[in-house]
Amino acid sequence: MTSPIEARNLTKRFGRLEVLRGVTLALAPGRITGLVGPNAAGKSTLIKSVLGLVKPDGGSLHVLGHRVNGDERYRRGLGYMPQLAAFPENLTGAEVLEMLADLRGPGTPQDRSLLSAFGLEDQLGKPVRTLSGGTRQKLSAAVAFLFTPRLLILDEPTAGLDPVAAGIFKAKLAERRAAGAAVLLASHTLSELEELADDLVFLLEGQVRFQGPVADLLAQTGEQRLERAVAALMTEGGR
Amino acid sequence: MRHATRIIRYQLRDIARNKWILAYAVVLGVLTEALFRLGGDGGRVVLSLLNVVLIFVPLVALTFGTLYLYTAREFIELMLAQPVGRGAMFAGLWAGLTGPLAAALLGGIGVPFVLHAGAMPVPARSLAMLLGTGVLLTASSTAIAFVLALRFEDRARGFGAAILAWLLAAVVYDGLVLLVATVFRDRPLETPLLVLTFLNPLDLGRVLLLLDLDVAALMGYTGAVFHHFLGGPLGLAVAGAALLAWIAGPLAAGGRRFARKDF
Repeated sequence: MTSPIEARNLTKRFGRLEVLRGVTLALAPGRITGLVGPNAAGKSTLIKSVLGLVKPDGGSLHVLGHRVNGDERYRRGLGYMPQLAAFPENLTGAEVLEMLADLRGPGTPQDRSLLSAFGLEDQLGKPVRTLSGGTRQKLSAAVAFLFTPRLLILDEPTAGLDPVAAGIFKAKLAERRAAGAAVLLASHTLSELEELADDLVFLLEGQVRFQGPVADLLAQTGEQRLERAVAALMTEGGR
Repeated sequence: MRHATRIIRYQLRDIARNKWILAYAVVLGVLTEALFRLGGDGGRVVLSLLNVVLIFVPLVALTFGTLYLYTAREFIELMLAQPVGRGAMFAGLWAGLTGPLAAALLGGIGVPFVLHAGAMPVPARSLAMLLGTGVLLTASSTAIAFVLALRFEDRARGFGAAILAWLLAAVVYDGLVLLVATVFRDRPLETPLLVLTFLNPLDLGRVLLLLDLDVAALMGYTGAVFHHFLGGPLGLAVAGAALLAWIAGPLAAGGRRFARKDF
């Protein structure tokens, strides 16, 4: 089975700043991969490269079996939840969902279970600008899962969610994983990754310093908790 | 193309409900109505609206267009994470913004004319030229605004560049033309001045409208030359094509930049 994300020697430079320096990684289907690293490690650039928002300078990148080269069709199988949810302010929630469904064409199956689980259905008639930050974040989460994606890219997904909503979100994530979807989950909340992630990618200064199962990292660093294991990697990398 | 039309449809819904677009239509409407109430007949009102269309309309389209692209940044990222091509997204953003701005212009100025149509004759041709030029200048200004917003990452610099572009086209350019005319006054300048006019969409719009309003005599000999060239159907077609080129050129440049941009 092809890897949902396969990057080989990926490089990206912004002016003088070399943000990705030969990133090579492969995600496994049916697993949640945590993406961690300090600020400016290249996490956002890597995520944006997968989404096609950033164009890498070198290397190769395949997502869901397609080479990322400007053809947008591979994104049909992809769900994305950004750190900051932004929708057209004057459209209602229902119109946002209708727009996204319209773009994928009629007959595209929809999974609206998160909308009802979050209790969002009553809010869908209101313009997005009148929704609270948390409600927008819930809408953003529902959008990410709406088209039953085979690959989920989640950037700090629970940051704006209340504990109840975060619980519902995690249950949904586990459901998609069980269905065989791959998940790339960027988060600074290591306790959350400890709870959710099967694998971990640790980025430092634009390079992958660790990729593998969380259990392997704990064994490698001799730590009990992921937080301390990542701290150990950072210290090691800094030397 | 399918994606572009779908994006345009939702963009139109979003921006048509924008309070600033509504305010823009109301300001134009109040201004036009005020000109009627100040005793102007249809022809005079069109003449008075000349500078509104040539100065105010491009300023609004340039500044609103630039700021719009910066504020839509996260939304653009979300949309580009969907199975949507960059060309379709760019076309959707531009048409979805230009449409409501043009509609506000047409409605704001057009409605008072319709309301007064029973009481006095409406100079239909002049009004159509005024509104047509206004729509073309709106489309050109939003395209230029997108180029500037995509060129500058920093919002303040992009906004500054938009104001500067407007100042250059609306104010400074005329000074430069005057300087050229003064320095080379001993030489035949009609052709160079005609060329210079085509290089600035606002000037082109101004000459077209002045000729149509039959006040070209105020422009002296140059006015006569312009009238000779632009007064006929061929000249009008060339001028219209030049204004369209002022839309197509920035759109092509903006589209290329959008396609290559890292978001």
